[in-house]
Amino acid sequence: MSARPLTRPPRHPLDNTSDDPRHRAPLILGHDLASVTEKVAALVEQKKPPRAWYIAFAIACSGTLLLLAMITYLFSTGVGVWGLNIPGGWGFDIINFVFWVGIGHAGTLISAILFLFRQTWRTSINRFAEAMTIFAVICALIFPGIHIGRWWFAYWLFPYPNQMHMWPNFRSPLLWDVFAVSTYFTVSLIFWYVGMIPDLATIRDRAKTKLRYFVYGTLSLGWTGSNRHWQNYERAYLLLAALATPLVLSVHSVVSFDFAVSVLPGWHTTIFPPYFVAGAIFSGFAMVVMLAIPARQFFGLKDVITLRHIENMNKIILATGSMVGYAYMVEFFIAWYSGNTFESFTFVNRAFGPYAWAYWIMVTCNVITPQLFWSKRIRTTPLATMIVVVFVNVGMWFERFVIIVTSLHRDYLPSSWGYYRPSWVEWCTLAGSFGLFFTLFLLFIRFIPMVAMSEVKGVMVAHAHGAGADQGTPAKAADA
Amino acid sequence: MTRYGLLAEFPDEDGLKEAAERVRDEGFRRWDCFSPYPVHGLDRAMGLKDTRLPWVVLSGGILGAGTAILMQWWMNAIDYPFVIGGKPLFSIPAQIPIAFELTVLFASIFCVLALLAFNRMPRFHHPAFRSARFRRVTTDRFFLLVEAADPRFDAVRTADLLGSLGASHVEWLED
Repeated sequence: MSARPLTRPPRHPLDNTSDDPRHRAPLILGHDLASVTEKVAALVEQKKPPRAWYIAFAIACSGTLLLLAMITYLFSTGVGVWGLNIPGGWGFDIINFVFWVGIGHAGTLISAILFLFRQTWRTSINRFAEAMTIFAVICALIFPGIHIGRWWFAYWLFPYPNQMHMWPNFRSPLLWDVFAVSTYFTVSLIFWYVGMIPDLATIRDRAKTKLRYFVYGTLSLGWTGSNRHWQNYERAYLLLAALATPLVLSVHSVVSFDFAVSVLPGWHTTIFPPYFVAGAIFSGFAMVVMLAIPARQFFGLKDVITLRHIENMNKIILATGSMVGYAYMVEFFIAWYSGNTFESFTFVNRAFGPYAWAYWIMVTCNVITPQLFWSKRIRTTPLATMIVVVFVNVGMWFERFVIIVTSLHRDYLPSSWGYYRPSWVEWCTLAGSFGLFFTLFLLFIRFIPMVAMSEVKGVMVAHAHGAGADQGTPAKAADA
Repeated sequence: MTRYGLLAEFPDEDGLKEAAERVRDEGFRRWDCFSPYPVHGLDRAMGLKDTRLPWVVLSGGILGAGTAILMQWWMNAIDYPFVIGGKPLFSIPAQIPIAFELTVLFASIFCVLALLAFNRMPRFHHPAFRSARFRRVTTDRFFLLVEAADPRFDAVRTADLLGSLGASHVEWLED
């Protein structure tokens, strides 16, 4: 029997996905300190971005306008323009809210949790994953704001002294949500901005025009790269990561309490918090990959955001996708095992009732497609990956649809059953929220360095010294 | 124009680290190193004390948790007693989510404010910004700056010292 080679040979020069444990696969291909800056900063400094950027931006801006038009229509006419009814009082508004908050989770996971786990490969992708978080949370925050009917009273959500001498009910998970999501947005923004300061200073120092020097100079707050500053900076970054880690796990848990704390069959389950968090990370990573593949393609970043980054993210998608699939099974098991008639009816109805089409779209996209990532060939082929992650995003949107709509439309009393059908306004609002998301993202890749240069440099040096993943630790012992 | 200090440029982090150790051993106090990324081991080479930033973050977290608990207790149990499903007016389990969120929120805000305060940022002018070479500090160069205000500073001897440490270029900074 001929000996099988330990690993297959690289398919092309930019393939760094070798699994051979005898060699450390490089994170960044063929760069030194200056060329990393050159490559990343050039994207911000170029006079004109590639044609693809303009096309994408035009489409995204149209989407944003569509969103504004739909919100204006909603505000001027009333929530009747949506397809909501009784019992279907929550529809696309909450589905989109949960979907977008979930998308945001991957950014914080990459920037905070992988940082604490010393996963140095995060450095090439953390900046734009964090940006994606911020924009996704902005999209998410729109929906609770516009769905309340009397939107001009949205500020009643916050505890503030008022002429009615009333305070909000702090036992309500909906109020926990207000605190969780606004804290999440604030902390993500702080984390993103702090991480960006050294790179904004790089753009300032390379500025050829007065305007650019002024704008990036102001934003970088006078950063000099002083080691006395780096010392505080590194500690602050570590602590922010440590604070963001439990935060990201708590946000989707709190979102899931909106459902789990109610008494509705299909919502009232203890599995919701971990199940929501796994789903959020799953969909978030799918979105990061979906943005990373075109970005590295059109901006020539294949040597910085390498195949190995894509592969690692695909592995996380596979792991979290399997967790989500497992959660679907457990839900069914518990529905049967509980012996509760309403509970088991809800789940049978979910899979075989009027919304069976949505349920099976969800299962196909979320449980079956990510299993393709067991194949290394698919994990490391950008086009195939792209197809899978689009399926995952569709599937995760449908998961929220299934949870919200199928649980509401048939509850205890058959006399009050109904069927929720979204109106065209809701479809256009959903499309518009994608428009807003991509508009913000395209502006980000145009004006802000999309790879964390200073972090990549730190990791490159650590790799060159053979000490590997110890970013953020004080003083490596005995450099080789 | 007064002289602010001497700026020495080094081609790599190892050169900077060795130079920092010497400057530390010479007993200088008002000096600093500059690099495009945090250089590991440089804190020790410079003899820096550990930062006190974590204590500020801890106090922010405690303040956040305390604020959240007191707020919920006063608002829902004292100022506007709110009976929900016959449950006690104040019970810790129901207050935990918001207490957790405010702990993280306050700690993070304290963290970034402490970072700015300890680093004396924003500070939009620095004498080193006058140097054309220093503009590469955020790309790939390493610098060591000794201020003229340091009691051990001597125009001739300090310049010689920096030159002997392997600096590729030494220049005067004007204030």
